[in-house]
Amino acid sequence: MRNNSSKATHEPLFHIAKRNAMVWWKAWLIRGASIIASLIVCAVIIVSLTHQNPLEVYGAMIKGSFGTSRKFWAMLQNLAILLCISLAVTPAFKMKFWNLGAEGQVLFGGLCSMMLMFMVGDRIPNVLLIIAMLAASVLGGIIWGLLPAVFKAKWGTNESLFTLMMNYIAIQLVSFAIMVWVPSGSSVMGLVNPGTKAGWLPDLFGQKYLINILIVAVLTVVMFVYLKYSKHGYEISVVGESENTARYIGIDVKKVIIRTMILSGAICGLSGFLLVSGTNHTISKELAGGNGFTAIMVSWLAKFNPIMMVLTSLLVVFLQRGAGEIATKFNLNTSLADILTGIIIFFIIGCEFFINYKIMRTNSGKEDK
Amino acid sequence: MKKILAILMALALVLGLAACGSNTPADTPENGGESTPAATDYADLKIGLICLHDENSTYDNNFILALKEVQTELGLSDDQVLIKTNIAEDDSCLRTAEELVDEGCNIIFADSFGHETYMMQAAQENPDVQFCHATGTHAHNAGIPNFHNAFASIYEGRFLAGVVAGMKVKEMIDSGKITADKAKIGYVGAFPYAEVKSGYTSFFLGVRYIVPEATMEVTFTNSWFDIALEREAALKLINNGCVLISQHADSEGAPKACEEKGIPNVAYNINTATIGPNTALVSSRINWAPYYKLAIDAVAKGESFDADWTGTIATGSVELLEVNEAVAAEGTDEKIAEVKGKIESGELHVYDISTFTVEGKTLDSYQADVIDDGTFQGDTEAVSDGYFHESEYRSAPYFDVTIDGITIL
Repeated sequence: MRNNSSKATHEPLFHIAKRNAMVWWKAWLIRGASIIASLIVCAVIIVSLTHQNPLEVYGAMIKGSFGTSRKFWAMLQNLAILLCISLAVTPAFKMKFWNLGAEGQVLFGGLCSMMLMFMVGDRIPNVLLIIAMLAASVLGGIIWGLLPAVFKAKWGTNESLFTLMMNYIAIQLVSFAIMVWVPSGSSVMGLVNPGTKAGWLPDLFGQKYLINILIVAVLTVVMFVYLKYSKHGYEISVVGESENTARYIGIDVKKVIIRTMILSGAICGLSGFLLVSGTNHTISKELAGGNGFTAIMVSWLAKFNPIMMVLTSLLVVFLQRGAGEIATKFNLNTSLADILTGIIIFFIIGCEFFINYKIMRTNSGKEDK
Repeated sequence: MKKILAILMALALVLGLAACGSNTPADTPENGGESTPAATDYADLKIGLICLHDENSTYDNNFILALKEVQTELGLSDDQVLIKTNIAEDDSCLRTAEELVDEGCNIIFADSFGHETYMMQAAQENPDVQFCHATGTHAHNAGIPNFHNAFASIYEGRFLAGVVAGMKVKEMIDSGKITADKAKIGYVGAFPYAEVKSGYTSFFLGVRYIVPEATMEVTFTNSWFDIALEREAALKLINNGCVLISQHADSEGAPKACEEKGIPNVAYNINTATIGPNTALVSSRINWAPYYKLAIDAVAKGESFDADWTGTIATGSVELLEVNEAVAAEGTDEKIAEVKGKIESGELHVYDISTFTVEGKTLDSYQADVIDDGTFQGDTEAVSDGYFHESEYRSAPYFDVTIDGITIL
């Protein structure tokens, strides 16, 4: 609070204080109200910019995720990938290790899968190939996540910069690999092995994405248990709260950092595998599509709770898919949808402030901290 | 505090409701659209278009505008034309195509090179729907009856644009602004493959048709749409001494950089005169409307149409947009008319092998990679009768030779 008065006794009109834990229904009431408020603000913007009926726009957004069973499956697929990457970054962030390199870890993991899929392709049995691809991806993700962790643990390098720069190395490696594999220079791999489907994760019950979805569902539960009930999970939260405390109670901080980044990288690598083998059957620089960064928001919004992350990633995916739908239906640029997404997320993050803090009128008679 | 919040909420609610109320008339054009007497042939049609980027990309906008033009011409309602933008060249292309099929589309177009294999997959899964992919290389021998490729002999348009550029460079030389040995032009390309290579080579040959001493520097951005990279690339070329810039990448980065530096610019797909009133010279453009009409007509009538189609100047697919008189050299229009006449009559061939050399030698034979089988090996003799036959054995370009006079940075 700014104090711009010349009077020494002047105090600001309002001050902010930390709240005690709020009853759960009150907190959810605030969250609900903030979403309604954001929708109202969005409605004003929709009308003033596009002269469309906001209710119809919202209806179209819902149709984008739930309109047909195909759209629903596609939404679940996007949700699975975003959730998987969010699960990957969560242990690292909970430990206050700023892993901004999920994008690169996913990409490098994907590249390892593609290398096998493209080069060994039809020469080994498909089951073996897929297992090898999975192993390669996980290993690739681990390498990409481990490097910055080792440097941080041994020499105290800044992990945000390190992980961020590893992204660019991964992007360039993918570009280079494509350049070698596609000598025509178009940088387009296209579907790899469309005829034999070698290295493609099979359909399950006729659903293309079901395996992806099941893997991520299991992973979500495992991660929840790992973080909440295991000794490792406890160590992660202690290191995240205070490295000194961790050291004091005998936790090997370096070991925890390295172990956790191995886990984080491995799950990123798995996401890369799911994208290459289970989804796109190709690779390009855009494989991760920015999800490596969106995942950070998903994870923080859910306060590192894997089960809550299902909801927060659903929100993000729902908004993204709705964006595409309204762009087509109303002939609008997808940027409008991005603006709406921004507003809604702004309100949601903003309401957490009001849940955690209260604004109080300064009472001049009382001394306050 | 609560009071203020309550007032704000109420205000927002009222505004929101008022907005809903006032907006009902916006529905009417849609309803009106449906009741307009569309030609009975087209009433059951639904058309989908999948774009890599949105209308901010000159390339995608060119597809979108042409489709809207055809929509108006055929009297189709907004419900009959579904445009999906920002669709990546991966599984989302296949998924979008499937969603368009679910919406009842009978014919679906896709505009980006990397969409092709996903469109082929969608075609195989949905044999009753026609899938048309622009710039692709597979349809002519893929044997999928409902999968089609299309492109245009844009190299002829780029040659004409090159002639306009050549006239401008000649004017610079004649007025003493530069000497002939400084007649170096620059080109910002996206990716180094046949479509781009064929494009810049034809443009360069057009310039050399007027200024035989001209040389060209080419740089690639490795992206179809990146405003900053394209701008940087153009500035780099200008700093290297290029006196004129053209580009085959889809943002306004390069033309804007040219306007800043006062360097003449030749664009692709859109008229950039509003961005660069003092430097925009001319643009060549593929007009997709003739192809849309051909394909849509065929679907409406239940007829089959070409698996691989090449538009030309004659079909109205290759255009030179209005020359910017404020920038162009005198006599440009006359020259265009003359050269265009020669191209159309077959008197002049863009890739006439007597007009260029490759590593000092005449290109009297070349095995082009026409059949895209993943081997990237030449398979078809493309040089005969004294010229390279571009876009004749397949609509998508396959001229991928670097000719003398062009330096790739």
